[in-house]
Amino acid sequence: MNITVNEHLDAKGLACPMPIVKTKKAITALEPGQVIEIQATDKGSTADLEAWSKKSGHQYIGTSEKDGVLYHYVRKSTGEESEEKTFPHVIDNSELQEKLERDVQILDVRESAEYAFSHIPGAVSVPLGELDERMKELDKNKETYVVCRTGNRSDMASQKLADNEFTNVKNVVPGMSDWNGPTESSK
Amino acid sequence: MAVKAMKASEVARRVVEKKDLFILDVRNEDAYADWKIESDSFQYMNVPYFELLDGVEEIMENIPKDKELLVVCAKEGSSQMVAEMLSDEGMEVSYLEGGMKTWSEHLEPVKVGDLPNGELYQFVRLGKGCLSYMALSNGEAAIIDATRMTDVFINFAKEKEVKIKHVFDTHLHADHISGGREIAEKTGAVYWLPPKDAEEVVFEYEPLTDGEQVRIGDTAIDINALYSPGHTIGSTSFVIDNRFLLSGDILFIDSIGRPDLAGKAEDWVGDLRETLYSRYRELSEDLVVLPAHFMIMEEVNDDGSVQEKLGTLFEKNHGLNIEDESKFRSLVTENLPPQPNSHQEIRQTNMGKITPDIDKKQEMEIGPNRCAVKA
Repeated sequence: MNITVNEHLDAKGLACPMPIVKTKKAITALEPGQVIEIQATDKGSTADLEAWSKKSGHQYIGTSEKDGVLYHYVRKSTGEESEEKTFPHVIDNSELQEKLERDVQILDVRESAEYAFSHIPGAVSVPLGELDERMKELDKNKETYVVCRTGNRSDMASQKLADNEFTNVKNVVPGMSDWNGPTESSK
Repeated sequence: MAVKAMKASEVARRVVEKKDLFILDVRNEDAYADWKIESDSFQYMNVPYFELLDGVEEIMENIPKDKELLVVCAKEGSSQMVAEMLSDEGMEVSYLEGGMKTWSEHLEPVKVGDLPNGELYQFVRLGKGCLSYMALSNGEAAIIDATRMTDVFINFAKEKEVKIKHVFDTHLHADHISGGREIAEKTGAVYWLPPKDAEEVVFEYEPLTDGEQVRIGDTAIDINALYSPGHTIGSTSFVIDNRFLLSGDILFIDSIGRPDLAGKAEDWVGDLRETLYSRYRELSEDLVVLPAHFMIMEEVNDDGSVQEKLGTLFEKNHGLNIEDESKFRSLVTENLPPQPNSHQEIRQTNMGKITPDIDKKQEMEIGPNRCAVKA
């Protein structure tokens, strides 16, 4: 799995409560929406990190295991749910689901860790922060559906695309947080 | 104020003696909901340690000042941290040494009766609801349904100056890892298993057959094997000294065995009924039933033992009083509780097919016992 993160934390060999204590400290240095990878060997850290994230408003993305090491991914809280969406062209999850068979361009603007754990089959991953420089990888004339977790990052991304001569862009609301259609993972 | 470590044995004593204790369990909410230290006389509060990292002030007012306070977590570290924070606030507080992991492994030997020139002990595993037995007579001992904490049994035999001659499992366990084979290997004892449960095992064992008698000590305690299928196809009960009925996972004090843990509920429900309603009916009502598990603290007597006369169970255990066969069938095949954690891996371990390390074994056994179906 190739996941780009903003911060790595090595908590290997540490017993409970230290993986959470260290994560809590490390995450304060991150910007909202940034992703931290925590490496741990304490088996209990998965359930605890998930519960802690939920309580503290951070987004627990997932955990993978390799050679006895757990790789946890957490995205710092952003309060993005409260932001106002401004891009006028939207489509809801079920409408997008009906279009999956067609030749459309689905752009997933979440962080690479979020994409890695679960995304719509065929979706292209370009995190919002990389969109400006990577926009050229995309087809301006194709029907384009922009998706994130709750519809806010994709709102901003849709606006950016429309401002750059993309002709047929729709923001998918709410996005992956409520997605019931097919998914795949690349972890 | 200094923080004290409380041992699992001290907690066990308070459970049995129904003493007060206020438990602040700092594991996450799912772990707590799944499994905790059970006692009718304890009070509980569950606040995950990760909600207390910034301080314990908010929970202080909810902790009674007139009760002893014990902080509990999975392994010890978090409870120690929270206990120190509480202590810094001026509270007198202990933490559970070794956490729930150690609690799960703690065995408390309780004498259940005298035998000719000997004694019968029940080893109560309060944290997991498992019951093991050791029969001693004139310098020799037999162990039934030993848990994986084999040192406890071996050391107990040493203290009592008896030689372990025979080790039995009533059936192939699905909820905990058997220590039977290891004890037999370490002591040179004979390890007995019901052959119908042992078809896939990868080690040598002595096959138990119906009606078989094994003698311990020269005053002769007869251990009679009584084929009693239902929980597993090979399930076997033992009658010791014509007075004690070791019922394995077939009959408990307040419930009966579940027939589905090897995936064969439909096939085995008939055997279970036959055993409980016919074979056990032929036995003396004066036999003292000693099961391999208990599920709820009500099943534990004031002396810490789990035992009841067979006649009393025929009156009071609802699972023995369902006249209608189809009702019985639906009771024990439908509405079953969830299967024990890792039951497939535990079965594989008990067959010798996999050999997990100690950490893995502990992890596999975490969680409550779920061998029974309550009628």
